[in-house]
Amino acid sequence: MRKVAIAGIGFTKVGEPWERNIKDLFAEAALAAMKDAAHTEVDQLYVANMMGAHLQGQLGMGAIMAEAIGKPGISAARIEAGQASGGVAFNEGVKAVASGLNDWVLVGGVEKMSDLLPEAVTTALVGTEEQEYTSYTGVTKTGLSAILHRLYSREYGATPEEIGWFAVRSHDNAVGVAHAQYSFKLSIERVMTSPMEADPIRMMECAAVADGAAAVLLGPAEKIATGIEVAASTVATDYTSLASRRHPLTLEAVKKAANGAYEAAKVKPKDVDVLEVTDDTTIDGVLSLEDLGFVEKGKGAKFVAQGHTARTGEIPTNNFGGLKARGNPVGATGLYQIVETVIQLRGKAGANQITGAEVGMAQSMASVGSTCSIAILRRV
Amino acid sequence: MSVPRYWREEKPRYRLIGEECAKCGAKHYPRTPVCSCGSTEFKPYKLAETGKVESWTVIRNAPLGYERFTPYVVALIELDDGVRVMSQVVDVEPEAVKSGMKVEYTFRKVTEDGQAGLIQYGFKFRPIVD
Repeated sequence: MRKVAIAGIGFTKVGEPWERNIKDLFAEAALAAMKDAAHTEVDQLYVANMMGAHLQGQLGMGAIMAEAIGKPGISAARIEAGQASGGVAFNEGVKAVASGLNDWVLVGGVEKMSDLLPEAVTTALVGTEEQEYTSYTGVTKTGLSAILHRLYSREYGATPEEIGWFAVRSHDNAVGVAHAQYSFKLSIERVMTSPMEADPIRMMECAAVADGAAAVLLGPAEKIATGIEVAASTVATDYTSLASRRHPLTLEAVKKAANGAYEAAKVKPKDVDVLEVTDDTTIDGVLSLEDLGFVEKGKGAKFVAQGHTARTGEIPTNNFGGLKARGNPVGATGLYQIVETVIQLRGKAGANQITGAEVGMAQSMASVGSTCSIAILRRV
Repeated sequence: MSVPRYWREEKPRYRLIGEECAKCGAKHYPRTPVCSCGSTEFKPYKLAETGKVESWTVIRNAPLGYERFTPYVVALIELDDGVRVMSQVVDVEPEAVKSGMKVEYTFRKVTEDGQAGLIQYGFKFRPIVD
């Protein structure tokens, strides 16, 4: 297997640009990644997208986007793995280069959620769940997280405030970030007095509707002079329904993908300098931190509330605002996480820079952990 | 919702029928093509109709087709035979739901496809009144 490196990155500002369509967003990110790499040859295109079939009625996204970036004719396909689409597409790209089958693989993610009303987006988001017996109950993605939130508080004695701090920390890191959807500070008081979204989860604990695109150009490490190496890339799945999981508070897919990645990269959690985790809601972030091995099960909320995930803390997490504040254009989110990790490892994060960052980790997760992808990147 | 797609789930939904693995005895609801033990042999299994609430949420912003029921409770329920199901809990104010609350199966309307479309039914759970 060949070593894979990231030759270039590109991304759009996350927001609700009503005048722009999915092709505009995708092309901006993809062209920026090629420009950043100073390389325009692409052998394979992977498009990460979750909801285009629902929200834009668009299928065949591989060919659509190959044309949009001025490369009709290349091999292209859409990769869909729910909210983990971006991370899973990255994994496929890494495999294509590592195997020697392709040299230059462009992996781009795009989502445009603002095209429809919130109920339609809510419906699409719970599309990752089994439709006949889980979605049929009328539950939402946030509702499933809320069921875990309540179990977690009872099992480990965490307070709603401690869990709510995850949103505060993410917002702290988004201040001054040009590509973030919400680059403002959020107080714990504002989190805890915001309306209930799905009890006990409040609105200000949830990522919002967002549009955006992010892309990376992958290539063989021996052909990329300076850059960022992919030390590990893994994907794992779990029983999709919470009702089928023996211990719902343990995200087995996260544990499995993380353990595989640590082994492949020959690192341990303490070696990771910068981390991006899935905080679609606050409790998703807390459970992820625990199952990635950064803190003992049941102690994640306190760990966050006490500041250990802040920029100056033990494990700087969601360093540009995470899903909550940078934004969560779902199919693109996994690629934003990877792009942001690259920015840190290049030392180009400006005021958000974690000094001396050498190893970075990005965790992308579908729904409440039915699929999890992990990437560990290393500065070489 | 297409009629065949609805029709094929009628029995498991209306009567709480799952499957039991003929090899290891694991119970599955809904049914699954392959058991975690690798077996593909199953026999029908009727789930317990009573259980208790393990955890729950109150849906305030609903998916399409469920908007007019908000706020409604969706819970993770452990049935008396140990099988877990997800279900709405009805006939109770959301604020009155408690962890460990005893609930029972009830047949209810779930949603409908517009004014002239299919009316969809299924199970919900409700508190047991002593």
